[in-house]
Amino acid sequence: MSAVLELKNLSFVYGKGTPFEKKAVNNVSLSINKGEFVGIIGHTGSGKSTLVQMLNGLITPSEGQVILDGRDIWSDPKQIRQIRFRVGMVFQYPEYQLFEETVYKDISFGAQNRGYTGEELDTAIRKAAEFTGLRPELLDKSPFDLSGGEKRRAAIAGVIAMNPEVLILDEPTAGLDPMGREILLSQIMNYHQEKGTTVLLVSHSMEDIARVADRIIVMNQGRLEMFDETKAVFSHGSDLEQIGLKVPQITKIMQALKAKGIEVPDDILTVDEALEVLSSLLKKEGKLW
Amino acid sequence: MVRDVAFGQYFPGKSLIHKLDPRAKMVCFIAFIILIFFTFNYASLGIVAAFTAFIIIAGGISFKFYFKSLKMILFVVLITSLLNLFYGSGEPIWQWWIIKLTWAGIHRAAFVTVRIICLILASSALTFTTSPTELTDAIERLLKPLSAIHFPVHEIAMMMSLALRFVPTLLEETDKIMQAQRARGADMDSGNLLKRVKSLIPILIPLFVSAFRRAYDIATAMECRCYRGGAGRTRMKILRMQTRDYFSFVTTALMIGGVVVCNILLTSVI
Amino acid sequence: MSFIAIENVFFSYDSTDGGQPVKNAVDGVTLSVEKGEFVAVIGHNGCGKSTLAKHLNAMLLPDSGKVIVDGDDTSDENKTWDIREKVGLVLQNPDNQLVASIVEEDVAFGPENLGVEPSEIRRRVDEALKAVDMYHYRHHAPHKLSGGQKQRVAIAGILAIQPQCIVLDEPTAMLDPNGREEVMTTLHRLNREMGMTVVLITHYMDEAVSADRVVVMDSGRVLTQGTPEEVFSQVELLKKHRLDVPQAAELVFRLIGRGLHVDHIPLSEGDCVNMLGEVLQ
Repeated sequence: MSAVLELKNLSFVYGKGTPFEKKAVNNVSLSINKGEFVGIIGHTGSGKSTLVQMLNGLITPSEGQVILDGRDIWSDPKQIRQIRFRVGMVFQYPEYQLFEETVYKDISFGAQNRGYTGEELDTAIRKAAEFTGLRPELLDKSPFDLSGGEKRRAAIAGVIAMNPEVLILDEPTAGLDPMGREILLSQIMNYHQEKGTTVLLVSHSMEDIARVADRIIVMNQGRLEMFDETKAVFSHGSDLEQIGLKVPQITKIMQALKAKGIEVPDDILTVDEALEVLSSLLKKEGKLW
Repeated sequence: MVRDVAFGQYFPGKSLIHKLDPRAKMVCFIAFIILIFFTFNYASLGIVAAFTAFIIIAGGISFKFYFKSLKMILFVVLITSLLNLFYGSGEPIWQWWIIKLTWAGIHRAAFVTVRIICLILASSALTFTTSPTELTDAIERLLKPLSAIHFPVHEIAMMMSLALRFVPTLLEETDKIMQAQRARGADMDSGNLLKRVKSLIPILIPLFVSAFRRAYDIATAMECRCYRGGAGRTRMKILRMQTRDYFSFVTTALMIGGVVVCNILLTSVI
Repeated sequence: MSFIAIENVFFSYDSTDGGQPVKNAVDGVTLSVEKGEFVAVIGHNGCGKSTLAKHLNAMLLPDSGKVIVDGDDTSDENKTWDIREKVGLVLQNPDNQLVASIVEEDVAFGPENLGVEPSEIRRRVDEALKAVDMYHYRHHAPHKLSGGQKQRVAIAGILAIQPQCIVLDEPTAMLDPNGREEVMTTLHRLNREMGMTVVLITHYMDEAVSADRVVVMDSGRVLTQGTPEEVFSQVELLKKHRLDVPQAAELVFRLIGRGLHVDHIPLSEGDCVNMLGEVLQ
């Protein structure tokens, strides 16, 4: 597997030389493979937002390097805008960035900046709208006339239309209701599988992360606390709780059952998995048939 | 970053200047500003400068913040003093091409420079040591007599205090929107003037939309908290003049007296 | 009589859309809230729960039907301010409900509007800030606080009005898990220790689990209501409307579907672990 993003001893210091100096990101080294779906978790102030903003050059690292496809993104500072097309970034509450007269024009903003024109541009826009589940008739509407969920999806489409190689989403489901959350998450999943784009998802919802991520980055006080397969990370339930993070309820239930001496795995992530494990156990005991 | 603005900031503290009644501070400040422009000789200029130095020291706030405010208007000071320097009338003491230097010009430049610096320093001292709420409170109470002629004193004060409350929030929001548009490849740092102005559209429109949305929310929240205009409102903090406030009036009055006496006794330099 | 009685309320945002019938945001709701109760109202965005919340303190008036608060009809204009004194409303975005540049002055805003004596305002402000555990931050600027802290200050701002009931419209939707927990702990403490009636509008199922009563809304109507146990054991109904169910409840529900015999559906981890532990040991 080849690495698409490599971070080498990456650090960022806020307010250097002032009394408010704070090391937001502290010596983080890791490498992300092409086509991976990586979850990023950590409580507020753990440095995860600063970390992801360094990946597309919105923040310049104080120390260390971000290597995209074998090249330091800051090797030519004049070309940093090009990096932002290749590493797409969806901020929290992205609907607040909509500004054009129509949804179509708004989605085209980034792609046009990248230099797309004519048919290429049109295809990129329509494809992006399709991935985010925006009906074609919405494209001619004003973005301000859409519902909250639709606005969110239009804003995400605006980043997807740039055809980034890596897509970073910071809390894309924040503020959505359970149904909206589920739909958006499966759209992101679907986009990832169809396009093979590397996706980095920052989220507070462990249930969401457990559903979609291959590997998880755990940040704590600016440092990289863990970076491992999803199941492995969540099997460290008590370690996660110590740094103020929770594991999905179902994982906790299964871990508590295991602590009681019942033979179940401690890395169950979904209700479906738990159901299968418990059903076969109950069948063995003759309580189910 | 847009957030690094020193001018208009408030630094909590316990100095004499902090503790003054904001109304007293306001009245003395206005008197002082007017006085600055009635300095016609070096003695009165000296009095004004000394008074400025006194409030800065008594306010107990680090000089570096005052330097920051000065730095912001450095350009204005330079231009105005240069203009005054070379546009004096009278006997030239040095001349080159169309530029001539006169004693009148030098005096004028010195006065303008010192006056602007005192003005900025005094305004900074006022905002550094007085919370926005205290300021608007003072304005509301000082202008209260005007409500007799149906001047909307309370409404204006409420607008000012809401504006002050939301300046930091809107600055933060501007920052976020700029980052988001940069992430979509917006180029705000290069190109000619027209291009740069155009590149502001993706920032200004979302900012306006969000400001309107906020305004609607704030109005709802205020109504939920039983706000129905200024009539019948009371305030938690009652302002009461104390000895130190009368002391500030006396000091200001003495300074005005000093400047007037200097102006009468000494000949004007400009 | 109930503290708040909602009687067959209909409401739509523009009821005169060219004579065309428009969808009602609130479509025939009858509901009551008792003094001292902790009621959670859950449902999707657009199900009418926020619109309903604004009816409880006369910010909105029903097109038809009645809302009676402590014996007063909200449509009686003479009672509007009395009602808003009795029922305080906290909104979703904590940034947009703090109006002053200093925490304690913001909390004072409500009582100042009511014309309360200065010394009494001071006492109420201190008390309210202590009740939400934000007294130490009384001289801070609101924009420097975390989301959870801001929302607690907003709650203090309502408490200082000394209402009998506090209605919160998705107060945690914009907060991180820590902030959510801070707000929820505060609300339960106010309910338990001060006897404050709480109506919590939310789309987080886990916040509703700890309420006395849960009301589920869908398309402007009440879908079902009851104790959390009664409501969340209707796993099928909730799933059909794509609402969240605690994973513990879903697991046991599906095991029952496969033939497991247990007497109830657990909502909490602890209950679920004990139940399955007993069955399996």
